[in-house]
Amino acid sequence: MCLFQCMMNYFPEEVLDHVFDFLSSHRDRNAVSLVCKSWYSVERFSREKVFIGNCYAVNPERVLARFPRIRSLTLKGKPHFADFNLVPHDWGGHVYPWIEAMAKNGINLEELRLKRMVVSDESLELLAKSFPNFKSLVLVSCEGFTTDGLAAIASNCRYLRELDLQENDVDDRKGQWLSCFPESCTSLVSLNFACLKGEVNMAALERLVARCRNLRSLRLNHAVPLDSLQKILVQAPQLTDLGTGSYVHEPDSETYIKLKNAIQKCTSIRSLSGFLDVHVQCLPAIYPICTNLTSLNLSYAPGIYSNELMKLISHCMKIERLWILDTIGDTGLGVVASTCKELQELRVFPSDLYGVGNAAVTEEGLVAISAGCPKLNSILYFCQQMTNAALITVAKNCPNFIRFRLCTLNPTIPDAVTNLPLDEGFGAIVKSCKGLKRLSVSGLLTDQVFLYIGMYAEHLEMLSIAFAGDSDKGMLYVLNGCKKLKKLEIRDSPFGNVALLADIGKYETMRSLWMSSCEVTYGACKSLAEKMPRLNVEIINEGDQIEASPDARQRVEKMYLYRTLVGPRRDAPDYVWTL
Amino acid sequence: MVDCKLDFEETELRLGLPGEKSININANYGKRGYSETVDLKLNLSSKKEIGLDKSHDLNENNLDKVKICSNDSVKPPAKAQVVGWPPVRSFRKNIMAVQKSGSNSEEIAVGGSAGAAFVKVSVDGAPYLRKVDLKMYKTYNELSDALGKMFSSFTMSKCDSQGILDFMNESKLMDLLNGSDYVPTYEDKDGDWMLVGDVPWEMFVESCKRLRIMKGTEAIGLG
Repeated sequence: MCLFQCMMNYFPEEVLDHVFDFLSSHRDRNAVSLVCKSWYSVERFSREKVFIGNCYAVNPERVLARFPRIRSLTLKGKPHFADFNLVPHDWGGHVYPWIEAMAKNGINLEELRLKRMVVSDESLELLAKSFPNFKSLVLVSCEGFTTDGLAAIASNCRYLRELDLQENDVDDRKGQWLSCFPESCTSLVSLNFACLKGEVNMAALERLVARCRNLRSLRLNHAVPLDSLQKILVQAPQLTDLGTGSYVHEPDSETYIKLKNAIQKCTSIRSLSGFLDVHVQCLPAIYPICTNLTSLNLSYAPGIYSNELMKLISHCMKIERLWILDTIGDTGLGVVASTCKELQELRVFPSDLYGVGNAAVTEEGLVAISAGCPKLNSILYFCQQMTNAALITVAKNCPNFIRFRLCTLNPTIPDAVTNLPLDEGFGAIVKSCKGLKRLSVSGLLTDQVFLYIGMYAEHLEMLSIAFAGDSDKGMLYVLNGCKKLKKLEIRDSPFGNVALLADIGKYETMRSLWMSSCEVTYGACKSLAEKMPRLNVEIINEGDQIEASPDARQRVEKMYLYRTLVGPRRDAPDYVWTL
Repeated sequence: MVDCKLDFEETELRLGLPGEKSININANYGKRGYSETVDLKLNLSSKKEIGLDKSHDLNENNLDKVKICSNDSVKPPAKAQVVGWPPVRSFRKNIMAVQKSGSNSEEIAVGGSAGAAFVKVSVDGAPYLRKVDLKMYKTYNELSDALGKMFSSFTMSKCDSQGILDFMNESKLMDLLNGSDYVPTYEDKDGDWMLVGDVPWEMFVESCKRLRIMKGTEAIGLG
């Protein structure tokens, strides 16, 4: 290594720089920068894309100081359980300070990708006006902005290529944000506004599509009717990714016939989604493009029943990624299994969250998929029931899982046949799937499942636990065993202080730990915070459960801890205490 | 449910404040079970018997914590829910609530009405009508199967014995029912004739007053 290093040092930095250009993964770049000071130095000047998994682990000043040539920033804010309403709205995760710092430092920002962050209209306006070469904005599960902010982006970003809004909570101001794209804007490659609730000007949309000849990805919202879709497709047969808006029309109408013809010409479409409102009689129009699809998302399409789904899917032989509702049923999954031999990722979402309903998938569907789809490596499966036998079979059929997330609708349901816990089933999964990086468990589970996880899940990076385990032992098995663990999130499980404090150094090797409705006490959290200055230990104290001078033995309802280089954050609301 | 007691009693964490004597909680391996959490959070009595000790008020802070979505457009659920379970993103929950409430806008109360839901079924060309109880079925497919069996004895194609044979074959009837020759329609509460299949099954059962399987040529203009 020493000789190698000497040899590498003979090369001028430009050569190293050129070599590092081939490194796109941030993990590779992080590794490279640890080799020696000179590599660190070359690498930091050459890094253009920076990924920050927890926006509070570091601050904008430090990031810009280290990476002055940054062009693309990816930031994640709130903890994952915020998706399920476990984190209060104003907890934090504001992007404004980042944009402000980059604007002040003359950064040539081209791309901003945010997940679970609070994005104000002010931020979007500042963004739009500060970076003349700005090209790409991707917002996933964000909130805090309105269509006014989007109007600012549309008006000012002259070279905008990508505006991708995924599942954001956006206030619709009934302005004409889409009409704010000037006539001179022809650079759009990707436009996704499916999550917006309001109307857009159809004529403006059609003209925009017509002049953006490089447009490849277009996802419309509910307000765009089928006849506009038809006109748009005529203008943009080059699309590779389409999200329909409302897909409702009379199947005997001329519009529908025109749509059929337009769709047939869209031979490049590989990814299809939308159908936010759907008339099943109109589905046959898409059959011709189904044979080319690699990605299909029908999880927001209400009212497509098993029959129709099966008909549709029987055309989709090349599908690699499929997101559907559990209305497909076990039988429908059987059709997927026999048709979709290229399937890599499957997500089956629950269709009935509120009523009693007939939740339509069980362990049978999962087993069928595992038997029929040899390339399956990622699954999210909401089901009515599960058995150990099924999981063991799945583990045998699919040793290649990277992501395995199972969610039983009743979170503590036992094996449907034997009434035993599902420990053995999940144990089989972790034992067989040596490359497993992400796991979510559910159903009746004891400490035993965590013993298995700790023993076998060597590459596990993220683990989600709810209503599981019996004692601190469970959590300890995981903390001791999973060497590569980055994110651990636990709710409603009987893990307490012994587990929390057993190996406090471990938390500096992880991004974060979330524990809610567990058995950890205020005193233990405080003690942990005192011993580990490079962790922020936050208590979310809603409803003032903990008074000003709390008793050490009082249980903490929600704790979120994460490693950080910059100490307690200054934007925490009153009810968040950083110990 | 089989009462499986594993030997976890020594390590069992008991719920309760420090100093409290051990409480009799249900045999759910000692951990806080799903149903208990629901009870604690809603202060309802559990369907699963077992008196939770009244001094078991650790979680009184949680009694008002049942939140579903913060979005105002969401209709409250029919039954009690634990916060954040099943773990579905709020965005998705909101969309589904809107989709459901959009189709349920004419309905009054949640929860199906008791009793049967008999409706007349007429098939164009059949000599007489039948009655079916929609509550006997859970999906459109089941209804379709049942209707197929019911009407399989009628000649509906262009006459002849071949036609009769075809009609004994219920899958052929299914093809016809699903194909373009015949269109299943129904009359809803408002007196409008609607295409079968657009709305969720439960909604259909609530609003269907009678069924008519029409010849395709007469069905133009529906749906």
